[in-house]
Amino acid sequence: MKEQTVTKIIVITSGKGGVGKTTTSASFAVGLASRGFKTAVIDFDIGLRNLDLIMGCERRVVYDFVNVIRGEANLNQALIRDKHIKDLFILPASQTRDKDALTLEGVSTVLDELSKTFDYIVCDSPAGIERGAQLAMYFADSAIVVTNPEVSSVRDSDRMLGLLSSKTRRAEEGREPLTEHLLLTRYSPKRVARGDMLSLSDVNEILAIPLLGVIPESQAVLRASNSGDPVILDKESDAGQAYMDAVGRFLGENIPHRFIEEKGNWLKRLLNFKEKETV
Amino acid sequence: MSIANKITRILDYLKRPEKTSHFAKERLQIIIAHERGMRDKPDYLTALQRDLVDVIAKYVAIDKEAVKVDLERKEGFSVLELNVTLPDGL
Ligand SMILES: Nc1ncnc2c1ncn2[C@@H]1O[C@H](COP(=O)(O)OP(=O)(O)O)[C@@H](O)[C@H]1O
Ligand SMILES: [Mg+2]
Repeated sequence: MKEQTVTKIIVITSGKGGVGKTTTSASFAVGLASRGFKTAVIDFDIGLRNLDLIMGCERRVVYDFVNVIRGEANLNQALIRDKHIKDLFILPASQTRDKDALTLEGVSTVLDELSKTFDYIVCDSPAGIERGAQLAMYFADSAIVVTNPEVSSVRDSDRMLGLLSSKTRRAEEGREPLTEHLLLTRYSPKRVARGDMLSLSDVNEILAIPLLGVIPESQAVLRASNSGDPVILDKESDAGQAYMDAVGRFLGENIPHRFIEEKGNWLKRLLNFKEKETV
Repeated sequence: MSIANKITRILDYLKRPEKTSHFAKERLQIIIAHERGMRDKPDYLTALQRDLVDVIAKYVAIDKEAVKVDLERKEGFSVLELNVTLPDGL
């Protein structure tokens, strides 16, 4: 199951806001940890902390990322143990309005310390291309580019790919570039079939990076955030299964893509209530 | 409202809206190709191009598209390439 030795840093990024980065960070972290990898997930969205809510640990936040960087708390005090999975820890963002709170040295120190004991570090990037987003990607070994099948999201993703190839430590040191993965989220095969939405192959052709997975538009995501249990834990749901598949593929497993075709005919749909849930 | 008019309106209502995803794809392909071309270029390149057009236009009637400025990075130095297409008969 588990055979990781060198710590891997993964950034979940997109440029555009509201496309599903935090949803993805939470589910990915749970997925990796449930396979036995010791995993930390860090909220880089300083001033707009939200990962804690999605992970259901908002009431247990005492210290945060910026407290650790400023030396006001040590890492162990700030890390929150996940309530579901043993090997999963959350480092929440600070709610400060000081946009210079994150520093390159500070982030570097925290990541170095986490690297001593963790297998995976998942960095939930804020939207935009400012400091927070750049620091979230700077130390990454892999990037998961979260994209919606929509013009502004695809364009922003391409812009992020440009930054990933030039503004990371790997790029600056001339090392082997980070691995890039496309995660197409909020996908609606029905709207694609109707000709209202960019298709998987359209987005794939434009961005031209390896496809990690397709997460369907799903009502299970809102339910998951309501209760603070990442959607990957909802094993019955389409989105939960799609995230589980994506984690498997990330770990090198060969899993066919699902949820990319329009559901069966109306009769089948009528007989299968669960299928009705996808928009 | 005439009967014919009413029927047209009902038919319009029932008609499937026009497909639009291919517009999205075409527009993205064009803008992204353009932006990738500009990706590693410094921001001043566009301003430089505009100024050069203004200067040349003082002497020769050219249009904006006639001046192409490009910066190519080589080992240890960069080459600024300037291409001006002048109209015929000069
Ligand atoms: N696959 C999905 N299906 C339906 N809603 C989704 C899906 N993924 C994300 N969302 C919703 O989209 C919104 C933005 O998601 P979030 O993960 O916070 O994005 P980001 O972190 O990129 O800003 C949230 O309301 C979330 O519930
Ligand atoms: Mg977010």
